[in-house]
Amino acid sequence: MAEQQPLSFQSLILTLHDYWSAQGCVILQPYDMRVGAGTFHPATTLRSLGPDPWNCAYVQPSRRPTDGRYGENPNRLQHYYQYQVIMKPSPSNLQELYLGSLAKIGIDPLVHDIRFVEDDWESPTLGAWGLGWEVWCDGMEVTQFTYFQQMGGFDCKPVAGELTYGLERLAMYIQGVDSVYDLRFNDPVGDRPAVTYGDVFLANEQQMSKWNFEVADTDKLFRWFKDAEAECQASIAANVPLAAYDQAIEASHVFNLLQARGVISVQERASYMGRVRDLAKGSCEAWIEANRAGWEAKFPGWTA
Amino acid sequence: MTDFLLELRCEEIPARMQLKASDDLARLFIEELAKSGLKAERITSFVTPRRLALIAHGLPLQTDAVSEERKGPRADAPAQALEGFLRSTGLTREQLVERTDAKGNAILFAVIEKPGRQTADVLAEAVPAIVRAFPWPKSMRWGDTSATTESLRWVRPLQGIVAILGEELVAIEVEGVTSGYATVGHRFHHPGEITIGGSGDYAEKLRACHVIVSHAERQAIIAEQAAALATARGYSLIEDKGLVIENAGLTEWPVPLLGDFDPAFLDVPPEVIQLTLRINQKYFVLNGADGKLAPAFICTANIEAKDGGAAIVAGNGKVLAARLSDARFFWEQDKKTTLADHAQKLGRITFHEKLGTVADKVERVAKLARWLVEEGIVKGASADDAELAARLAKADLVTEMVGEFPELQGLMGGYYARAEGLSDAVADAVRDHYKPVGQGDAVPTAPVTVAVSLADKLDTLFWLWFSGQKPTGSKDPFALRRAAIAIIGLLQGHAIRLPVKLAFAATLACRLAKSANPASSIKSDQPSAVTSSIFEIIRRGGHLRLSNTLEKWHWSDDLEQETKTTTSFSIDLSANQKELLDFFADRLKVQQKEAGVRHDLIDAVFALGGEDDLVRLLARVKALQAFVSTEDGANLLAGYKRAANILKKEGWEPQRPPMAAHGTQGIAQTGEEDPLSLVEDPVIAGAVSDLSVTAPARYEREAQEVALADALDAAEPAVESALAQEDFAAAMAALASLRAPIDAFFDKVTVNDADQNKRGSRLTQLTRIRAAMHKVADFSRIEG
Repeated sequence: MAEQQPLSFQSLILTLHDYWSAQGCVILQPYDMRVGAGTFHPATTLRSLGPDPWNCAYVQPSRRPTDGRYGENPNRLQHYYQYQVIMKPSPSNLQELYLGSLAKIGIDPLVHDIRFVEDDWESPTLGAWGLGWEVWCDGMEVTQFTYFQQMGGFDCKPVAGELTYGLERLAMYIQGVDSVYDLRFNDPVGDRPAVTYGDVFLANEQQMSKWNFEVADTDKLFRWFKDAEAECQASIAANVPLAAYDQAIEASHVFNLLQARGVISVQERASYMGRVRDLAKGSCEAWIEANRAGWEAKFPGWTA
Repeated sequence: MTDFLLELRCEEIPARMQLKASDDLARLFIEELAKSGLKAERITSFVTPRRLALIAHGLPLQTDAVSEERKGPRADAPAQALEGFLRSTGLTREQLVERTDAKGNAILFAVIEKPGRQTADVLAEAVPAIVRAFPWPKSMRWGDTSATTESLRWVRPLQGIVAILGEELVAIEVEGVTSGYATVGHRFHHPGEITIGGSGDYAEKLRACHVIVSHAERQAIIAEQAAALATARGYSLIEDKGLVIENAGLTEWPVPLLGDFDPAFLDVPPEVIQLTLRINQKYFVLNGADGKLAPAFICTANIEAKDGGAAIVAGNGKVLAARLSDARFFWEQDKKTTLADHAQKLGRITFHEKLGTVADKVERVAKLARWLVEEGIVKGASADDAELAARLAKADLVTEMVGEFPELQGLMGGYYARAEGLSDAVADAVRDHYKPVGQGDAVPTAPVTVAVSLADKLDTLFWLWFSGQKPTGSKDPFALRRAAIAIIGLLQGHAIRLPVKLAFAATLACRLAKSANPASSIKSDQPSAVTSSIFEIIRRGGHLRLSNTLEKWHWSDDLEQETKTTTSFSIDLSANQKELLDFFADRLKVQQKEAGVRHDLIDAVFALGGEDDLVRLLARVKALQAFVSTEDGANLLAGYKRAANILKKEGWEPQRPPMAAHGTQGIAQTGEEDPLSLVEDPVIAGAVSDLSVTAPARYEREAQEVALADALDAAEPAVESALAQEDFAAAMAALASLRAPIDAFFDKVTVNDADQNKRGSRLTQLTRIRAAMHKVADFSRIEG
C-alpha cells in the first residue's frame, strides 16, 4: 500500500463509486442544474422525505459564486465537486462504513488522526437541519456527516444519514499537493500524459469568477429570480413537484449570483433567503402530497 | 453491598457537552434510585467522546422490606365505608387488624408488607428511565426506529449499554439496544469488542484497549505533555484550560504533538494567529523565550501513530499554513484600502431597520464625539481626533479579517489605523472604543478613546431605546443594560460631568442637526444649538417623528394624525426621558451594589428629580451613606421620620405649591419636570424663596422652638451653599447641626397643641425640617 502511487482525482471518485455501490447504493450521475451543494440534488432533498428506503451516491458539481478567487487561491474555488452519500434509514454502522471508505482511498487511521468533531448542519434555504460532525483528518475537514432531522420543514421519518466528502481537499491530501490546480486528475497511460486539475479547470475559475463578480447582468439576474419563483409556484399549483423543485434550486443559485454581485443588502438578504425557503418548502410539501397515499398504503401507520 | 457499573455508549458526543452530561448522569441515577430507597455510598463518573459511564459503589443487593400501616374505619362502621377501604388497600376483611384506640374504640388497620426488591430489578427500570429523561442540550433520532417522531432521542445514535451489578448482568432494553458485558475499545487501536467483568476491571480493561475513561486524567495528560513538549523546544505553553477540556473531549487516547509553522506568518497580528490556532484548529499556542508568539503549535491527536506522529504533524501543519495564508492575505488585502475607504461600505450594513445603516450611526457618533470634546465634557482630547476616530471606528467591520474573525472587531481597526500612519490617539480609540464591555471590564483612559466610546454607547442606548428595543425581563437583545453600565463606568471613571438629560438632548441633536426640516424651529446644524431647542421641545411635551432615512423627520404635538409606516417611528420625548432616567437609576444600583452602595440611598437622591449628573449624584449618595451610618445621621433620620409621620397623620401640607413638588412624590414623577425651567420660572422661584421665611409666631415660643428655628435659619443656607459647591460632606455636616435641636424639640414641645396657632406654627416648623433635609435627599426613601 505504501509503495502505491496515491489515487488520481478520477480514481478517487471511481474508488468511492465502487465502494458505495458495494454497500447497496444506487450510483447516480450529477444533477444537471447549478446548485450550491450536493444536498440540493433531488436525490437527497426530496428522497430524504418519506418512509421508503433510499441509498444512493453521486458526485455533484457545486457552485459557490462568492468563493471564486479568479484561479489565484490554491484552496478556494467557485466550482468544485462534492461526493454525496445518502442512506435512509441511517444504518447503525454508518460511521464504520464511512471509515471503510477512507481506508479504501488510502487513509490509514493509525497513521492519520481521524476525528468526529461536532458540527450541526442547517440549511436556511432548504428549511433543513440535522446533527452530526465534520470529520477531521489531521486537522483538516474532509467530510460533513449529518443525520437529517428535518427537510423542507418536515420531520424526516425515518432519518437519513448524509455524507458529503470535499473531493478536491481529500485528493490534495492524498496526493500531498498544496494547490488544487496541481492535482493529478488522471494517471498517464502509455504515451498519453496525465492531466492536472488546473489543465481542466483553471480557465473556468478565471472566467467564471469574472462573470460572477463583474459581468453577470444584475437586472437579468433579478428577473431570472422572479421568473424562477413564479415558475416554481405555478408548478406547485400544477402538482408537478419535481419540476417545481428544479425552479426552487434555480432561484437559489440566482440568489447566490446576486450575492456575488454585491447587489443584495444585508437587510434584503434575509428576505430573499425566506423566498427561496418558501419555494423549497412548497416543493417538498407538494412532493409529500403527491406520494402520501402510496406511502401510507405501503407503510401502515406512517404519517407525514 | 456491591458495585454497579453502567456504560451508555454512543457515537461521538460533542466535546462541549461531556462534563455536564457526566454530572447529569450521576444526578439522575441518584434521583432514580432514591425513589426506591436505594443509595450508593459514592458514585464515580467517567466520560469520553464515545461513552458516558458511572460506577455506583456500595449498593445494597436489595431494598429493605417496608411495612406500611394504614388506618381504616371503626370496626362497627357501615358496610360502604369498610368496602371502600378494602378496595383501596386490595385486602379482605379478614386480613385487617383490629386495634383499640385511646378512647376505647375498635379501629381497623391494614398492614401492608412491601417486600424488599432486588436492586437488579430496580436498576433494570431505572436505567431506561434515565435514558429517556436525559437532558441533552440537543438530541436527535436515527435509524430504523426513527420512522416516527416518538422514537428515542439521544445526543447521537445510542449503540450499547453495559450494566453489571457485582458480576451479574442487569438485563436492560431501550428501543432495541440491549445490555451486555461487551463494550468497544479505541476506535482504531482496538476496533473489536471487549468483555467487561464488572466495575473492578472497567477502567483498566479499557486503558489496555487505548481508552482513558477519566476525563480528568485525559486533561492532565494533555496539559502535562503539551507543557513538556514546549519546554523541550525552549518555548512556553500559553495555558488554556478551556482548550485542554475541549481536547480531552475529542480524544480517548490523547497524544499531544508539536509542529512548526513558517515564522514569516508572524507578521500577521498575534491575536489573529492565536485565534486561528485555538478556535479553528484547537491547537495550543506557544511563546518564545522573548515572550512573543513562537512559530509553533501543539495539536492533540487521538492515536499513538505508527510513524510517531510525523504524518499527523505534517498534515496539521499544512492545514494551518493554508489558514494562516488566508489570514495573511486578509491582513495584506485589508491594508491596501484606508479605513476611510472601508468606512464608505458601512452604508451597506443595516444597523437597525428604523435607524438606518451603520454609516448613519457613524455619522451621529462622530458628531457626538466631537461635541463631547468641544463642550469640555470629555477633557484632554482633540475634537478633530475624536471625530476622526469615531468615523473610522466601525470601518473594520467590512474588512476581510473581521468578516472571518468577528471577535477581532476594534482590534483589527486599531492595527489598520496604525499601519496607515494615523496617530496613536486615533488608533487606540479605534481599537478600544468597544470598551468597557460590561461591568468589570477596564474603562479606557485615553481621552479620545473615552469620547468615542461614550458617544458610541450613548447613541446605541438612546436610539435603540427610542426605536422600541428597551429591555424587558430577560430580553435585552441589543445589550442596552450593558451599554448603560458602560456609560456609567466611563462617566465615573473620569468624573465626566454629563447630565443624562443633556446627553439625551445631544444624542437627539446629532441625528437632527444634519437634516433640514421645514417644520422645525431648528435651523442650526450645530448639535449644541440644536440641543437647547430640544430642551424646549421636551418641556412642551412634543413628539418627534422620524423616518429611517436621515432626511425626514418632524415634530408633532398630535400623534393620532400620524400615519404609521414600518420604517418610521415617533418618540414621546418627555416620557422617554423619564424612562431613561429610571433606567439609569436602576443600572446605577446594580453597578454600585458590588461597591456596597445602598440602593435606597440612590433612590433617595434620584427621587429629588433634579439630579441627573451621575457623577455628582453618586458623590452625594456616598456622602449620604457615610452620614446615615453615623449616630447623628441615624438620629436625624429618626427625627425626620417622626416629623414626616406627624405631618402625614395631621394631613398638614402647606398651601403653597412648591412643597408638593418637593414632597415624596418628587418632581421626577410628574412627567412634566424640567427642573431647570421650574427654577427659572419667576413665580415658582419666588414661592421657593418665600418658604425660607418663617412667618412670625403669634405666641410665646418655647425655647426649643426658637432654637430649632435658629438652627434651621443657619442650616438652610449652609446646606444650600455646600450643595452649590458640591461639598456634600459639608452639606451633611450642616444637616447634622439640626440633630440636637430636633431631638430637643420633640422632647419638649407638643406639636399637636390645642391652640391652633401653636399647632400651625409647629407643624410648619416640621415642614421646614423636611424641606431642609430634602435639599440633600428624599429621606422618606431611606430604609431603617
